[in-house]
Amino acid sequence: MTAPTTPAPSLFGASIKRREDPRFITGKGRFTDDVVMPGMTHAAFVRSPHAFAIIRSIDTSRASALPGVRAVFTGEQLAAAGVNGLPAGWLLPDIKVPYRPVLSVGHARHVGEAVAVVIADSAAVARDAAELVDVDYEPLVAVADTATALSHPTQIHDIAPDNRCFHWSIGDAAPVDAAFASAPHVVRQRFVNNRLAAMAMEPRASLASYDVAGDELTLYVTSQNPHVHRLIMGAFVLGLAEHRFRVIAPDVGGGFGSKIFIYPEEVVVAWAAKKIGRPVKWTATRSESFLTDAQGRDHVSEAEMALSNDGKVLALRVKTIANVGSGLSLFAPAVPTYLYATLLSGAYAIPAIHCEVDAVFTNTTPVDAYRGAGRPEACYLIERMMDLSAKHLGMSPVDIRRLNFIPAHAFPYQTPVALCYDSGNYEPALDMALTKADYASLLQRQAEGRANGRYIGIGFSTYIEACSIAPSQVVGALGSQAGLYESAHVRVHPTGSVTVYTGSHSHGQGHETTFAQIVADQLGIPMDAVDIVHGDTGKVQFGMGTYGSRSGALGGTSIYMSLQKIKDKAKKIAAHLLEAAEADIEFEGGKFYVRGAPDRAKQFADVTLAAYLGHNLPSGLEPGLEATSFFDPSNFTFPFGTHIAVVEIERSTGHVTLLNYIAVDDVGNVINPMIVDGMVHGGIAQGVAQALWESVHFAPDGQPLNASLMEYAVPRADQLIKYNTGRTVTPSPVNPLGVKGAGETGTIASTPAIANAVMDALSPFGVSHIDMPLTPSKLWTAMNGSTGGL
Amino acid sequence: MAQITVTVNGTTEHHDVEPRTLLVHFLRERLSLTGTHVGCDTSQCGACTVLLDGASVKSCTVLAVQADGASITTIEGIAKDGQYHPLQTAFWEQHGLQCGFCTPGMIMSSIDLLRRNPSPSEAEIRAGLEGNICRCTGYHNIVNAVAAAAEQMRAAATPAHVN
Ligand code: FES
Ligand code: FES
Repeated sequence: MTAPTTPAPSLFGASIKRREDPRFITGKGRFTDDVVMPGMTHAAFVRSPHAFAIIRSIDTSRASALPGVRAVFTGEQLAAAGVNGLPAGWLLPDIKVPYRPVLSVGHARHVGEAVAVVIADSAAVARDAAELVDVDYEPLVAVADTATALSHPTQIHDIAPDNRCFHWSIGDAAPVDAAFASAPHVVRQRFVNNRLAAMAMEPRASLASYDVAGDELTLYVTSQNPHVHRLIMGAFVLGLAEHRFRVIAPDVGGGFGSKIFIYPEEVVVAWAAKKIGRPVKWTATRSESFLTDAQGRDHVSEAEMALSNDGKVLALRVKTIANVGSGLSLFAPAVPTYLYATLLSGAYAIPAIHCEVDAVFTNTTPVDAYRGAGRPEACYLIERMMDLSAKHLGMSPVDIRRLNFIPAHAFPYQTPVALCYDSGNYEPALDMALTKADYASLLQRQAEGRANGRYIGIGFSTYIEACSIAPSQVVGALGSQAGLYESAHVRVHPTGSVTVYTGSHSHGQGHETTFAQIVADQLGIPMDAVDIVHGDTGKVQFGMGTYGSRSGALGGTSIYMSLQKIKDKAKKIAAHLLEAAEADIEFEGGKFYVRGAPDRAKQFADVTLAAYLGHNLPSGLEPGLEATSFFDPSNFTFPFGTHIAVVEIERSTGHVTLLNYIAVDDVGNVINPMIVDGMVHGGIAQGVAQALWESVHFAPDGQPLNASLMEYAVPRADQLIKYNTGRTVTPSPVNPLGVKGAGETGTIASTPAIANAVMDALSPFGVSHIDMPLTPSKLWTAMNGSTGGL
Repeated sequence: MAQITVTVNGTTEHHDVEPRTLLVHFLRERLSLTGTHVGCDTSQCGACTVLLDGASVKSCTVLAVQADGASITTIEGIAKDGQYHPLQTAFWEQHGLQCGFCTPGMIMSSIDLLRRNPSPSEAEIRAGLEGNICRCTGYHNIVNAVAAAAEQMRAAATPAHVN
């Protein structure tokens, strides 16, 4: 045998076609609703039509009498059976955590809240019967508006006066006050960050079955984190031992945060399957998704920026009211606090920052993490403030950013709002984006357009974000009720193929490809010899799942760490087989060989077989070849970049056309560029949509006004354009792969880029700010001399 | 109950169905063809798109009884002799899918789009897919996939392009 003369091209960094795609392009994906079990029954939920009401009584007799109905349950029955409420997974000082039963008890607090459940032999009969459940409601005056919830006469929860869930602050107020007292310039703006629906295309679903013989409950559920589901549902809500409760998240059709959380329906389905002794399935209609999937954003903020004469930001002061909806969804408290206010320094060296947050209850759908989760709200605020400040000072939006950037030599950089940015180099990304946009000629085109009644706008977002929130010890001290590490078990089989069990969960991210690239790259074996297993607590050790752009940096690194353990052990065996010192063994291209004597070699598969035969191992070494790692990093990772949006507003209609979109992102090392670009594209589309089209609206009485795809403006192909992407690479120092996370950059960066572009286009009209979404009617009104009420 | 006869992916099927059964539920539940998905309840998302006598329809908007006597093609029926349809190949090669939930509907709509217009411009592709929502891809690579498939299908259909 000879050692390879030319090294195989590295799989790490290659745009490999996805291995999961053949099943999806042939219709063989296996989503929760695709799973069928013998004897399966179907659940349908009775939902409150009122935003706030007392439930006087529930009469289930007509529903129970319908042929095909197996059972009808109410909240009181579940409570009597010992089913607990849904817990909050992040606690803050003095936070009010109202009891959140899975089916309403006493009151219903938002439209769509589940009040009772019907279980029947078919989904159609279950729905028919749900219509026959008679609930006697006494409607109450509801609170829906974020800005006025604190002063509304209605109190939604007894334990929460003024509808305040918590008051929280970060940063040191004294230096901020001092800076404002002496600053030559202060720029102020109020911002409404509009509420959004996550709108994963696969509606939530769950299917549970109980095996009496093994006393084991199995739950298929649309989850981004099946172990979190198992832990919380098992330990806190249903009182089930984890070794007898298996949670499977099979193919999941997008999540964007909305499938992190534990929802009432899956708890009811799991409990009912055991109770009635038959499998129970529930799949949300899109209407139910709009009413009950946790929604995102919904902030009202007052921001003030103090500036020097030459454009240096001296201080930032922010007061935010964040709407958490009718009760606390799992990670709701973390989103408008540690995932938001800690990012308010953006990419800038701001000496003093103070932010206060009031979280408020309203009679609306609960709000929690949605793609970006807090970081888009922070990025929007700071990037809009940079533009407003530039305008105030007569500076270019590029110059003010460059002037205030944290310089490349200043990393690690401690912000005044807790985070320490591990690395960064912001100017090259800005420069690359300016080149891609051909900024000089764009400015010329804009000037010429204006002379001819064409309104082109150029918008910047030189964003930063924070991924893979960590380490566990720190998040625990800040209130998280969970650790935020990730795990991997790598099992090498006797003939050299590999199964990886990862605690990450892929619902579109392509882990079956990218993680296999890491393994094949490290072990020098073909990707076909590697399988990635995820999404099943019956197979995977433990894991925290996928959200917050954490899976590359945490899931990928824990695989990498296990592979180092595997290689270390394999090297010992190879040295023994080759009768050489371990220190003299090289491992390259799937082959162990003696340094300087490449013919003295053993293939990876020779060594793995030896490991399992156990006939000839170094003394004291155990047979077998597998390794488990839990990776808990020392810090977050901090992707950054520059996005530039170019838009044109039609003077006669206010319609916005996207002319160009440039995204230069630095997500560290990239495992699969094709996949990263894809995530950037999708993220941009969602962020653009917040700026221009999407917004969840409630009437003052809490009735949702656009809870269907007929009214909620999810973008279609003909509203969007091709995105012009680029990359700089500043590897993260906090993990050995040097990766950061790419799932959310697009969403975080693009919203302010678009808003800044639209405001730039409107500048000839003397308009400095309009709240999102920037719909034609608002823009037309602004161009016609009034922002009246908008 | 009503009796229907349909040909699905080339196989003739006789079934009794409740008159209110939607075609998508008939396909998914009766025929176990779960590649056709349900993403909404207002005929907006296109995840349920199939071909009904060759033309794309949203199968959540057709009653099974309305399909009586028709020929239906679903995502499971477009590969021939173990060979992917050019649109399947193009979606894979161009990374036109992430979670894969919208993908069957996207591919079925695209088949009809290219049948009606074998050489669509980018704007025509975007307009043609206006009835299909994808939340993951931002459409960039879906548009590329349809364009690539169109080119490939034109090349395959034109003898001059065959070596
Ligand atoms: S399921 Fe959405 S259009 Fe048919
Ligand atoms: S790939 Fe997920 S919705 Fe299109």
